[in-house]
Amino acid sequence: MIKSVLDYLDNTAARFPNKVGYTDENTSLTFEELRTKSSLIGAALTEYSLVRKPVAVYMKKRVEQIVAFLAARHAGAFYVPLDIDSPFDRIDRILSGCGAEIILTCADETVTEEISSSYRVLCIEDLEKRGGEKEDADKVLTDLRRWQIDTDPIYAIFTSGSTGMPKGVLISERSAINFTEWWCETFEFTDEEIFANQTPFYFDASVKDIYATLRCGATMHIVPQKLFSLPVKLVEFLNETKTNCIDWVPSVLTMIVNFKTFDKVKPQYLKKIMFLGEVMPTKQFNQWRKALPEIAYANIYGPTEATGDCTYYKVNREFSDDEPIPIGNACENTEVFLLSEENEIITDDRMGEICVRGCSLALGYYNDPEKTAQAFTQHPLHSHYPERIYHTGDLGKYNQYGEIVYISRKDAQIKHMGHRIELGEIEVALSAVEGVGRAVCVYHKIANRIVAFYEGNITDKEIISVLRDKLPRYMLPNRFCQLDKLPVNANGKIDRVKLTQSLEETK
Amino acid sequence: MKEKVRSILQEILPDVDFDAETALFDDGIIESFDVIQIMSELMDSFSIDLNAEDIEPENLNSLDAIVALVESRLP
Repeated sequence: MIKSVLDYLDNTAARFPNKVGYTDENTSLTFEELRTKSSLIGAALTEYSLVRKPVAVYMKKRVEQIVAFLAARHAGAFYVPLDIDSPFDRIDRILSGCGAEIILTCADETVTEEISSSYRVLCIEDLEKRGGEKEDADKVLTDLRRWQIDTDPIYAIFTSGSTGMPKGVLISERSAINFTEWWCETFEFTDEEIFANQTPFYFDASVKDIYATLRCGATMHIVPQKLFSLPVKLVEFLNETKTNCIDWVPSVLTMIVNFKTFDKVKPQYLKKIMFLGEVMPTKQFNQWRKALPEIAYANIYGPTEATGDCTYYKVNREFSDDEPIPIGNACENTEVFLLSEENEIITDDRMGEICVRGCSLALGYYNDPEKTAQAFTQHPLHSHYPERIYHTGDLGKYNQYGEIVYISRKDAQIKHMGHRIELGEIEVALSAVEGVGRAVCVYHKIANRIVAFYEGNITDKEIISVLRDKLPRYMLPNRFCQLDKLPVNANGKIDRVKLTQSLEETK
Repeated sequence: MKEKVRSILQEILPDVDFDAETALFDDGIIESFDVIQIMSELMDSFSIDLNAEDIEPENLNSLDAIVALVESRLP
């Protein structure tokens, strides 16, 4: 019975012990090496009594990160991947919010004084040695495994929160396995699959590559980050590694065709492409399809709170450049429906909020019962037994084929260069800057810019110098507009609609 | 010309001092998505064609290098 990703690890290490499972620029790991390393580290971690507790992982993207994830699971903990490019302030908010005491890193990573003085930082190389000295390492872990069940958490991924505090979406083993089974069956993955991983490990989209590889005995290459600005070299990398499947964000796929990369070099081995995380522009999609018609393409949709996916659409017809690619229909073992403002299930062509039910739903937001209760509610159509649904905050409607088409957000959440951002989080940081009065942020969709409007006698340069220590770079506003007074609407609230309109008129 | 390029860059990367940096690309100050945005914005603003081969470190390491790249494509 599969009740944990560790069962995938055991099965695959037994079937393909010497096959390379994961690689990066510097290292590669076979499945047996992965099993041995992660269990030794896990055994050493048992000293810290971490069952169902968070273990943060702080390192650049590398294969050792996967070792650390699985080691945390061996010790009964759940892992929290951190973005090492984030300022300390935000990392600290995440760690204190989830109460993580232990941070795993590698010997050659730089951990700032701020972090090491506030948290216990452990190197996985040291832990591996300590685990190796334990004669009973295997026995310790076997005992611990008996008490691990599939409703236990596997990871928490932190997403932007509208009140300034990042939210920790806590996912169970059940959800991760449910997802991985569906993902591998639907796209017919086998041990022949060669994935090139693009998404950062602090995004849940990376769960796809990591666990499909672990389940099927496939191979996953971590693409060196700098290649995502060098499209020709990026495609050459796919060819050198004989990559046959990628699931990437549209920003990267769009970049490849915008720079006419296929005039120089074409992917030779790619058979399957999934795009996810944001809307794929149809015009660029059509350029891909024209250049590479043999590839099977699919659109993947879903929030972190539903383990990354709840609907999918395998492209099976032509689209004109101005026609949106649908997000399709629910994944196996998941129900997705549209809910009206009156809490009715929509079956006609009206717009409604996309809602999900099933075991893909997150356990909730870690340490945040209030936000959990807002987003995960009792099924609105019955009260016979407890059944949760998740409100995505995304609006959609059915097209003539009965497929769901994504329309827009209900609230102030945006997708900016592949990142999910709550404008509220930026506003909280902005308003806290000394000298700034009231402040709001709006998103200029056409120019893809975050625009900040503020009151106060302070320059944009001064504001930026403060904000860069509070927010990750992708959240910094691109434009600043100083106003004597922010416009208000009839309800006395800052008039975002008016501010947004003023932007669209200027460009 | 240089001012226009500077203001484009500054909007994309508000926290960078473009007059001081001479290894923007090599030092990882501008990275993947930034490069894409910068190139697309330059193509639109100056109505020039840039392609995949132009994305090379030596064209992107400093404000002057980026200005030179744009100038070489102007009609």
